[in-house]
Amino acid sequence: MGVIYILICISVFVAAVFLYLFIKSVKSGQFDDQYTPSIRMLFDDELKKKKNNKSQKQSN
Amino acid sequence: MLNCYHCGNEIIENEMLVFDDKKFCCKGCQTVYELFSDNGLTNYYDFEKNPGAKPKDADAKFNYLENANIVSKLLDFQEGSTQIVRLYIPHIHCSSCIWILENLNTLNSGISQSQVVFSQKKVTIVFNSETVSLKEIVLLLASIGYEPYISLENFDNKPKLIDRNLLYKTGVAFFGFGNIMLLSFPEYFNVNDYWIHQYKDFFRYLNIFLALPVFLYSATPYYISAYHSIKAKAFNIDIPMALGIIVMFLRSLVDIFFQDGAGFLDSMCGLVFFMLSGKLIQQTTYNFLSFERDYKSYFPIAVTKIENKAEVPIQVYEIEKGTHLMIRNEELIPVDAVLLSDTAYIDYSFVTGEAVPVEKKSGDKIFAGGKQVGNAIVIEAVNSVSQSYLTQLWSNEVFQKRTSQKLKTITDRASRIFTPALLSIAFIGFIGWSFVSFNDAFNVLTAVLIVACPCALALTAPYTWGNVIRLMGKRKLYLKNTAVIEQLSKADVLVFDKTGTLTSNKNQQIKYVGEHLTKEELMAVKNIVRGSNHPLSRRLYMVLPECNIKKPLLFNEIAGKGIEGIFEEYHLRIGSANWLEISDQSAVHDTKVYIEIDHKVKGYFVFENEYRKGIKKLFETLKDRNYQLFVLSGDNNGEEKMLRQLVSADTQLVFNQKPEDKLRFIENLQSHGKNVLMIGDGLNDAGALAQSNIGISISENVNVFTPASDAILDAGAFTKIPYFLSFAKNAMKTIKMSYCLAISYNIVGLSFALSNQLSPLVAAIIMPVSTATIISFVTLMSGIYAKKSKG
Repeated sequence: MGVIYILICISVFVAAVFLYLFIKSVKSGQFDDQYTPSIRMLFDDELKKKKNNKSQKQSN
Repeated sequence: MLNCYHCGNEIIENEMLVFDDKKFCCKGCQTVYELFSDNGLTNYYDFEKNPGAKPKDADAKFNYLENANIVSKLLDFQEGSTQIVRLYIPHIHCSSCIWILENLNTLNSGISQSQVVFSQKKVTIVFNSETVSLKEIVLLLASIGYEPYISLENFDNKPKLIDRNLLYKTGVAFFGFGNIMLLSFPEYFNVNDYWIHQYKDFFRYLNIFLALPVFLYSATPYYISAYHSIKAKAFNIDIPMALGIIVMFLRSLVDIFFQDGAGFLDSMCGLVFFMLSGKLIQQTTYNFLSFERDYKSYFPIAVTKIENKAEVPIQVYEIEKGTHLMIRNEELIPVDAVLLSDTAYIDYSFVTGEAVPVEKKSGDKIFAGGKQVGNAIVIEAVNSVSQSYLTQLWSNEVFQKRTSQKLKTITDRASRIFTPALLSIAFIGFIGWSFVSFNDAFNVLTAVLIVACPCALALTAPYTWGNVIRLMGKRKLYLKNTAVIEQLSKADVLVFDKTGTLTSNKNQQIKYVGEHLTKEELMAVKNIVRGSNHPLSRRLYMVLPECNIKKPLLFNEIAGKGIEGIFEEYHLRIGSANWLEISDQSAVHDTKVYIEIDHKVKGYFVFENEYRKGIKKLFETLKDRNYQLFVLSGDNNGEEKMLRQLVSADTQLVFNQKPEDKLRFIENLQSHGKNVLMIGDGLNDAGALAQSNIGISISENVNVFTPASDAILDAGAFTKIPYFLSFAKNAMKTIKMSYCLAISYNIVGLSFALSNQLSPLVAAIIMPVSTATIISFVTLMSGIYAKKSKG
């Protein structure tokens, strides 16, 4: 049953990794504004598409 | 009804513009659309219907941005040619706004990046100062309907570092809590088997290791607060909290190293985590509102100085006595001054809430805080900015006192009883058990301190307040912080400002008094006033019935007097009583515009301040609930009769109150032991709002002008004041009930502790169960009261 030492260590290590990621994301400001990014993600590539539409219109 | 494709405003029939199959209300809106469609940005109109705003002419307004000194004060960051600026844009309101502002780089290549923080209505723009100047960016924004609002407040106001400590601490506490909980499971179901015996030390040491950061880092706010409160000899709730945490940790160490026990590390981390999350909840604030505004947020950062007939932008702090200033349309007058131009129409609505602009003649004194409506004027400053009549109000001590003033909350009061009681119980238990053995006595002492750790007690208030603040916000009363709710429940005197608070400065009632005007005559009046820029003419034009628009045969505006004109067969003179040589005998000083048709005075239009709807009922309800009511007004008693009919009989009306008088009035009430709730709107109420126990500022548009206050009420929710008051009272009741619940948990826990039977398992059950029930109880109750409270 000595494997329990390794398993527990791994589980704590995994948890610590998540803690580290959390702290890192807080530090980078991800939790400062919790509203705008949720909208921003909806319209990433729209600009290009529109330009294409426009050029199509002109070619018609 | 047709709406403009860009801004959504109603299109006036004759002025409709069609472009690209889309209908626009004005050239401005169409230009913005053209600009967007040329740059492939028409997606702007897809996210939201009619998202835009009519662009305002801002050409000369931002000339001061050519002054490098002012610009450098506004910038957040500057390194070589890379500059970063953060601008507050009141129009930001939907996803289209975010999209267009974050695509600014398509409109100007000098902008490398722009990012919106929606909750604060701010956009951060990174730009290259070699290709584009700040002024060009601001003008670009203004030209697409997103004019930034730059005030004196921005001056030298460097971005505050965001304090993320609480998040870190909560994260660490959760990490410790979760892992220790898991690692303690074998211990909870401790059956005496071989497996547990072999590995328990490993689990326990690991727990200590995991608990260390929670004990040493996450819990620090409690140690600090407890230390301060001991120093101030006030028994706040953080003393038993900090004591509980420290005792739990030490007892656990003793248990693990000397007594072959598991300790209470899981409960300790759980406690710290729940407490910190309570703090997080309480932090709910309305980022987009500002509760700390003083005159600086209203005043411009720079004005145009006239020097040797040239216009020079200068900072407002540089204004000296005798400086000649030019004030354009819609610009604010930052300093007490004398008017040099012929006439000016000054809109004092920020200051007094009075909606009708006041007419001033050459040589008249103009007080700071007014806005010029109409043509540009020239004034001569008679003071510096800080010595002006209005700004002097802020040197009153009430504005300094406020920050350091600390209110005793219900939690603090409860802990004043709780803390000594707890300590004496622990001590009695210790003495009682010391007759048995010292070991047991130590265990009992620590167990009492652990189990009675006022977790549930301390969590009650943050969770209740946090929820109530959210529920009130939904109903359009925005509170500055949670302490306001408690004050709200205690208020017994309500003081209302009159102008702008009881009256609405949005809807003005315009009534016609006099001989009946035919349809043709009304049409003539409308067509004549159409050509005038006088604010009263504009208002009149808006309310007169729709008709055909034709150019009058003669139009002659005599500044400060009225308009003369010929329309079809009518000869009209529209203007003041003086000019038309009529004696105005009524005592009430209403704003009137007289109409004379074909040399015969027909009657007048009177611009009445419209009282908000439901005032009568509001005052009656408040009176029934035994609130003492006052109405303060800066005006003369012209409207006393009218007001008497609206308010309840024993409401006291006080007139002719200067800003300082209002403040003294509140102070006087407070010296008689009253808890005063003041409801006001303008900058002239700022002193009274700060002095009163709770100052609520009422606003038609919560995003813009409101003076510093404890709460901001949307004008639409004005009649709900009794509801908010009774809701706050019920919230207090909820807290008291929750305290009873918390105490009963404590009694159960204490009986375990005093009989020396508190095992880590019992503690590990009681702590989360009590926390969970308390949180759900207060959330549920405040939700129920939000629906049930009487309006």
